[in-house]
Order: sequence, then structure tokens, then C-alpha cells
Amino acid sequence: MPKILAVDDSASMRQMVTFTLKGAGFEVEEAADGQQALNIAKTSGFDLVLSDVNMPVMDGIQLVKELRALAEYKFTPILMLTTESASDKKVEGKQAGATGWIVKPFNPDQLLNTIKKVLG
Amino acid sequence: MSIDLSQFHQVFFEESFEGLDSMEGGLLDLNPDDFDVETINTIFRAAHSIKGGAGTFGFQVVADFTHVVETLLDEIRAGSRALEAPHVDVLLRSVDCLRDIMQALQDGDEPDMSTADTLKAEFVAILSGASECTPESAVSPDSNLDESDGASDETPSGHWEIYFKPDADVLRTGNEPVRMFRELESLGRLTTEVVVCDVPAFSSLEPETCYFAWNLTLEGGSREEVDEVFEWVIDESELSIRWVHGGLTESAKNTTQSPPATTTDNNQQPVESGSTSVDDSAPTKEMLSEPEADLPEPEQELESKPVEAVVSSAASVAGDKKTESPKKPQKSSSPESTSIRVGIDKIDSLINMVGELVITQSMLGQLGSDFDMGKLVRLQEGLAQLEQNTRELQESVMRIRMLPISFTFSRFPRLVRDLSKAMDKKIDLVLLGENTELDKTVMEKIGDPMVHLIRNSLDHGIEKPADRLAAGKPETGTITLNAFHQGGNIVIQIIDDGKGLDRDRILMKAIENGLVSKDDNLTDEQIYELIFHAGFSTAETISDISGRGVGMDVVRRNIQELNGSVEVQSMPGEGSTFTIRLPLTLAILDGQLVRVGEEVFILPLVSIVESLQVDLGMINNVGGNNEVLRLRNEYVPIVKLHELLDVEPENYELEKGLLVVVEGDNSKVGLFVDDLLAQQQVVIKSLEQNYQKVDGISGATILGDGKVALIVDISGVLRIASKVKGKPVSADHQAA
Repeated sequence: MPKILAVDDSASMRQMVTFTLKGAGFEVEEAADGQQALNIAKTSGFDLVLSDVNMPVMDGIQLVKELRALAEYKFTPILMLTTESASDKKVEGKQAGATGWIVKPFNPDQLLNTIKKVLG
Repeated sequence: MSIDLSQFHQVFFEESFEGLDSMEGGLLDLNPDDFDVETINTIFRAAHSIKGGAGTFGFQVVADFTHVVETLLDEIRAGSRALEAPHVDVLLRSVDCLRDIMQALQDGDEPDMSTADTLKAEFVAILSGASECTPESAVSPDSNLDESDGASDETPSGHWEIYFKPDADVLRTGNEPVRMFRELESLGRLTTEVVVCDVPAFSSLEPETCYFAWNLTLEGGSREEVDEVFEWVIDESELSIRWVHGGLTESAKNTTQSPPATTTDNNQQPVESGSTSVDDSAPTKEMLSEPEADLPEPEQELESKPVEAVVSSAASVAGDKKTESPKKPQKSSSPESTSIRVGIDKIDSLINMVGELVITQSMLGQLGSDFDMGKLVRLQEGLAQLEQNTRELQESVMRIRMLPISFTFSRFPRLVRDLSKAMDKKIDLVLLGENTELDKTVMEKIGDPMVHLIRNSLDHGIEKPADRLAAGKPETGTITLNAFHQGGNIVIQIIDDGKGLDRDRILMKAIENGLVSKDDNLTDEQIYELIFHAGFSTAETISDISGRGVGMDVVRRNIQELNGSVEVQSMPGEGSTFTIRLPLTLAILDGQLVRVGEEVFILPLVSIVESLQVDLGMINNVGGNNEVLRLRNEYVPIVKLHELLDVEPENYELEKGLLVVVEGDNSKVGLFVDDLLAQQQVVIKSLEQNYQKVDGISGATILGDGKVALIVDISGVLRIASKVKGKPVSADHQAA
């Protein structure tokens, strides 16, 4: 089953995302900020990275840049979780190399649909 | 598929309250003239997370309100708006407001939005100044597209003609054109035609670059659905989407001419097109079979469900059946006690301990299966190991309930800021020992007494700036909160450098109130102690801050309920120090076991002053049956525990037993018992939950031999003793 790395500094969001994805049969690992995510990503491979933008220590944009610089993550889909009010973040994310975005707030079904599309 | 989002609410509330705390902390650190951008970022992030979570978990009111808060923060962060002092105020009030709203939501109540609406209006007024960042401008890219040609997907005769030339770097963003085609295919019959004119010679071909463009025809799908497929790449791609009426055969000619001239260099070459079709088996169909319109509205689903809080209090060692009823949402008085966050190191150490315990247990088990006296030494070693394991396990479990006192301290900077502003005083608050750990329940209960003491220091202790200057002190006063561990207790000090307690005024007032007489020769300490007596207040005018009659006596009583104590030291002109001493936990008590007849009782060690064998010369009879002990220059009433608790003693004569002098509520009493036994830590079990409330008894415990022993409630005993004024009591309650 595809393996997904879920990155968000909000524990409730992480729980929701993990619960949803695991329920759909994906393997999920969690990270609370970009740095943690990067460390985990380096030690284990993922088929998709799902990351919040605003996080302490290392934000989502920087995470995308760092991941894209790694050979293993050159083509891996990376989806950003953004809010509708932060449209400039979408652009920034794209420039950094993000695949796409999911707009917050989203519900579990929307999340799952998008992820299945990307991994489909 | 529908997932019940309410299961994440508790965590959401917890992290939101934490977020609000960190917003508040950050705001208090903000100096409009000189601030760290990282502070603003932290505040912004907290607001942003709350907004995101609130939207996701269906608390739209919170999301809406946080949105305006976030907008202002974002502008400040981006530097498009200068931070002004009023901004900090309105943001702080928003934090309060959000806290109230979230609390109401957590309790399952309808939040009062009036304050939020007022604040929102203030934000709008601020933002309408010279705002560059209007939230409305942030719309999904769909709106850029011309919708006028968007034909209905129901139109039978017609199809979409799409020219798609993705950016050369599209693959490096993880986007796969083929994935998009699969998605299109799920909307209707798709034919694709690849345009390969840009593909360079093999030697200069970069495998990671996308050189292709596509002509697509799609029979089905709405404009929106088609747009959605390209949503992530639309900005970087050449994309034209046209609705063509009529059959496909007719338009097939169109497609060949439709690619806009993009390849100037290759114009001479004929366009080489090859027809490809994406995997006809279309496995994606089933995955995409749920159209978005069918999704449940999360808000509607969630708002009707109140949060069910599972209350767990520290004292409730035994389970209370009533709380298990799932139908009744518990309106918890202390929702913060619903769960606890524990550091992973604590859990690890616990698991480690359990592992060792298991090893010891199996070792003992083996020993027991074929035991003979030759193995006695090994048995003893094993038991010693078991004892150590148990003790370590107990400590580890206790540590789980321990939290750093910064959780309590963190609310005080705001309090001091607001109060000193209201009173025109200048005060620095210094926090020391914030990482000192304390039981969560004790922590929750110590907050209010501390608020009172800090208000008191602010109001009565620290002088007005002018008075301070006149007294040769710095204009700004200092209140220091200090916490540290000392011999199984946690000590919390509230230290101010104000004017100190007014010895003469206290004495005068105490004489007025009849607490002491003029002739009592009291030491300064004894006089300062008087402020903890009921109804004592020296404030000349009742201020908003303190001096409302709910005085220090309440503070002391609250602290004593936690088996703690509070005392004060003071130096005129130099300030006062209030020292609170608390047990680290409420679940375990350092006890002195005493024997009365056959029964064993436990006295809290902390309240024992001394124990002595009685010499009849020290006993005075006052007013008939009232015996008092003359202890140096004090008279201590004697209470016979066997009378109070109605048990058969071994000795009725005072000189044959022992007197344990205990102190509580500012008075002492000598408890008459037969014998002193061991001192040990006992685990407190609630009597109320397992039996019923018994006056003079605070709880029970199970001793090593399996017997139940009652823990004597010193304050209760003192109350009973003062009520009956020493008359023999025929206790109503049997010792269970």
C-alpha cells in the first residue's frame, strides 16, 4: 500500500489526516514540522507527502525545497495544505516544487479523493 | 465514506487553548516600537492553526472570527502595516474572546458571539485603514477562467477540445500528465493526441523534462470538472479548453489545427502527431466514483453533537459508574482535566519499569515452583528487587501526572499587565523555576489562590511609582514567582518588593475585630499571621482588585484542602514573601500510622507538630470535662481520637497513651492515641466514592497487610473539636 508522510504542527489535523488515510488503507507516518518531516523522509521512503504550510522550525515551503533537492523525492507528489486566504502560498509552494494543494478546511472525503487521484 | 470528526474535537480544543496561550504570551512580549518578527510569526501561526482546525472540524464561527485576527497579524507580519499599541490590546481581547467561545463549544454550549462581533467590527475598522491584504481577493483560480463558454455537461451534442502544453518542469513538481488524463477519462470518453514537435534530438534530451503537448477531446464532464483536473498546473501551462458543439467526427479536423503556434523554431517541420489512448481499462473509475456534490456538509453534521467530555479527576482513584453513561454529555466543571499530555520519555521509562517488573515476577515465579530453604537468599533478593521495581514504577506513574508549573505561571503575565495598567503601577513580573513539576490536579487547584495572592501583592504590596521614587526605590516594582522542590514538597513563592505588611494596622484591625487583645504580646510573625484569619481585610477602600472580604482566609483554606500550607514573611519598606508549600501529589500522602485500640489510623505527617508522652502535670482541666495540654506557653485542647471516632481504646488514661500535637487552620490540638506506629506513604482512596462522607475522615487506604485504615482529616477534627468544645463526642459515624 502507498506510504504517506503527513506533516502538520496541529495535532488534531494530524490525527484527522492519519485516521482518514489509515482508514483507507494507506500507511501513514506523522511529523510535526518540516525539520522532523525531512528527517523522517530521509530514513524512509514515501509515495506522497502531505504538508501544512505554516509550521514552526521549518515551514512547508522550505520542506518542499529540501525534499526536491533529494534524489529520492525529485518526482514524489507533494501536496500542500493551505488555507483559501493564503493564495500567495500556493504560488510560493508551486515555485518550490509542490505538486498541488488541498484547501483548508477540507473534509476527510475531499482529502481522500484528492490523494487517490494523485496516487491513482 | 463518512468519518465522525467529533473524535478529534478534544485534541483540537486542547491545542487551540495552547495556541491561545502562546498567542497571549507572544502578545505580552510585543513591544510595538521594537519587536522580533519571530514573535509575530509565532502568534500568527497559532491563529492560523486555530482557524484551519476550526474550519475543518466544523466550528465555522471560530474560523470566521479568527480569520480577521489572522488578517491583521498577516499584514503586520508582512510589514504592510505598522504594529501599534491598540493592535496589541484588541488582539489580546480577541484571545480572551476566542477562549470563551472555545470553552462554550467544548462544553457543548452555544457560544456568545456578541463580544466577537464587537471585536470583529474593530478589526474591520483597523483593516479598512490602508489594507493591502483583503481576504476576499483570495479566490480559487477558477474565477480567472472565462465561464461563459462553460456548457452544461448535460448537453448531449458536443465535446471539450483541450490543448494542453504543460511546463517543461511539470514532472519535477510531481505532477503527471497521464494522471490528469486518467482523471479526465473518468469524466467521459477521451481521445488524446500527443504533439511531439518539441522533442529534441536524443543527444540533448533531458529525461526529466516534459517536451510534449497534447490535444484532447473529451465527451462529458462540466467545465468545472475539467478545470479541476488542471487546477494545480494551470498557471504554468498553456491550456485552452473549448466547448465544441456537434459530433466528434466533425471536430476531429479542428484538433489538428488547434494548437496555437508555440514552437517557432520547429515550424518548418511537419507536426508529427501520434495517437495514443490512455489505458482503456480505467481502473481509476471506482476511486473517483464519489462526486463531490454528495459529500456531507461537515458543519451541519457536527454542530448538533455536543462534545462528550470524559472527566477524570485525580482523586477518583476508583471509577464512578455514573460518568460512564454515554448518553449524557457531561457538563464538566473542569474540562481541562479530561486528558493529559505526557512526554514520551515518561512513557518510555514506564514501559521500561514494567519490563523489569515482568522479569522479577517470572524470576520469583520460577523460584516459587520448586522452592526449598536453600534458595531463601535468592528469594530475599528477588523480593528486594520487587520492592525496588514497585517503587520505581510508582514514581514513574506519578511522574505521568506531573506537569511543569509554567502551565499555571503562564497566565500571570497577562494578569499583572492588565492590573498594573488599571492601577497605574509599573510592575515587572519575574518567573523562576517554571520547569518545576507538580501534579496536574494540584496545579489546577492552586491557580486561584495564586491569583489572589498576586492581586494582593499588586494592590497592597507594590506602591505607586511616585511613592516608590519618594522612598528611594526604583519606579518599577518587581513581583517574583518562584517555584522549587523541597523535600517531597513543592514550594511556590510570591515575592514583591513593595512596602511590606503594615504591622500596626494589622494589629489594630485584629484588636478591633476581637481576634486578639491589646495585652497579647505578639511577635511580628504572629501579627502577620493574622491576615489569614476569616473576615480580615485592611484595605481602606474596597478596590476592584482585592479587599472584597474574600480574603486570605479563603486562600489559606484552599491551600490547606490540598494538604498544603501558606505563610508570609515581611519587612517594612522592603516587601513581602508569601510561601506556599504543597505536596507533589494528591494521590499519595506521607502518613504517620497511629493505633487506637485495634484500629490503625493515619495522620498526615505534614500536620504533625510533635508527639509526646503526657505528664499529668501538663494537663489542666478547664470548665469541667475540657482537658488542655500546657505546651510551653501555649494551651492545646486535647481530643481523644477514640471518643471522636467511637472505637474501643487500649487506654483511657492520658498518661498511658501518647499525645500527637497536630496543627491546621491556625490552631493546634492534641490527639490522644494509644501508640505511634510506622511512617509510610499511603495511597489515598476516596471514602466518599466507595462509601460515604464521614466527618473527621478524609479518606482511606489499604495497608500492607490488606487492612483498611482511615486517614484522619485534621481540619475536620479541629472543626468538630471546636464545635463540641471538648465535650465527649458520641460519634454518629462508625469507623468503617
